[in-house]
Amino acid sequence: MQLDVIYVLWLRQMKRYLRSRSRVVGAIGQPILFLLALGYGLGSVYKRAGQGNYLHFLVPGIIIQTLLFSGVFWGIQILFDKRFGFLKEMLVAPVSRTKILLGNSLGGATISLLQAIFVLIISIALGFRAYNWFYFPVWILIMTALSLMLTSFGAGIASMVEDFQGFQGINNFLIFPLFFLSGSLYPLTNVPTFLRILSEINPLSYCVDALRYTMIHQTHFGLAKDLAVISVALVISVAFAVNRFDRIQV
Amino acid sequence: MRSNLVIEARNVVKTFGDIKAVDDISFEVKAGEIFAFLGPNGAGKSTTISMMTTMLRPTSGQLFLNGHDVTREKDSARKSFGIVFQDPALEEELTAYENMMIHAVMYGIPKKEQIPRIDEMLKLVDLWERRDSYVKTYSGGMRRRLEIARGLLHHPKILFLDEPTLGLDTQTRNLLWEYVRRLRDTEGTTIFFTTHYLDEAEEVADRIAIIDHGKIVATGTSKQLAKQTGTKTLEDAYLELTGRMVRDETSLSNNGLNVRTALRNRNLR
Repeated sequence: MQLDVIYVLWLRQMKRYLRSRSRVVGAIGQPILFLLALGYGLGSVYKRAGQGNYLHFLVPGIIIQTLLFSGVFWGIQILFDKRFGFLKEMLVAPVSRTKILLGNSLGGATISLLQAIFVLIISIALGFRAYNWFYFPVWILIMTALSLMLTSFGAGIASMVEDFQGFQGINNFLIFPLFFLSGSLYPLTNVPTFLRILSEINPLSYCVDALRYTMIHQTHFGLAKDLAVISVALVISVAFAVNRFDRIQV
Repeated sequence: MRSNLVIEARNVVKTFGDIKAVDDISFEVKAGEIFAFLGPNGAGKSTTISMMTTMLRPTSGQLFLNGHDVTREKDSARKSFGIVFQDPALEEELTAYENMMIHAVMYGIPKKEQIPRIDEMLKLVDLWERRDSYVKTYSGGMRRRLEIARGLLHHPKILFLDEPTLGLDTQTRNLLWEYVRRLRDTEGTTIFFTTHYLDEAEEVADRIAIIDHGKIVATGTSKQLAKQTGTKTLEDAYLELTGRMVRDETSLSNNGLNVRTALRNRNLR
């Protein structure tokens, strides 16, 4: 099965991550900033609108944000490997491309999961309270599925674009819209129709919703629908990554 | 196929769009030979190496490495060669030792042989003392040595060297060729290399092929090439065969990537 190949490539990603303190700190800086600025900044308005505690509402969204940005970033590592040559070393090795992809993506997924858990811990320190802590394993399960989905998505994208300029465009025209239209920051009830439609076709909305349901018992789509969409999106994005990575020519 | 042929190319063609990067080339390299592949920028050298090393698929024709068809028996073909790429292909944020370990695992070297072999190779290229330093702290010459050690870790029959001495100082260059020769003499490894330094080819290679505009224009020892063209040195023979015109550097270098990009851009326009 050559599981050791997958393991050694996974280990490579982990080492790269753990050895770079700036990466560890940098990647959670943004979500923490969002938590503090929005959570505290908009908290009173939200409360006055009769919606309850904004920080509680925001935390699942910020965890999705962490998974989105770091998942895609670690998936995009393939682009760095292309640029700095290591991809060639992997591609000429007597190993199937799927295994190379899997090793790299599992590494990226583990890293983004770790970061999301770290953000969760900080949220708790900032006053976040779940409605039922026994759902913790379910949170982790949802987060794991998402981290794999988003890393694969990033890897697929990285296999398609030629250089870093392409990546910049993807960040601005894909990642940010996905995040802002996912209901991470605001409830989807009572939003204008066009925004609602955009959110409904965004798979990330269902991820936010699933996590929000299991964390604070609040849902827009219903958990069954959420989980169905997440499963389909996970399969599609892994298939997308495998398909694109298979076509890379260096 | 005769058994002492380690590399065999039969009518290999590679096209990118309507550009023929490699145009019907055939050649053979015998076991234990040091074979130089020369040609101006954009002649098709890198494209040929990319095809031999399974990174690009030939449009037509067949390529055999150690008897394995590179498109049909990829994994066996891959196990039979080691490569030092034109540009470094190391993981800079890991140590030399860790780079070697990843390679050992990917090439399926048995667990109990991994450490002794890595140790042996690192000692051989004089990097043992620095094995635990990050590759990003290495100089250009050290990186090259590490890549050679890595390329040889799985005991390949063939070693591809794509412009291995580019940017190296004279000392390191001499050391490298001395090492390559020793490798051939003691292990019988077949060496296939490209270079722009004709003196290297003249001195090191048993046989030389000159490629231009995607076609092999001459093959032989450096003496034969000189004789064939009625010139005195390999350099004169080379210039006689490929002309004195300076080539467009962006045309076909980079494994044809530039060509592909150029074609894509043209289609966009």
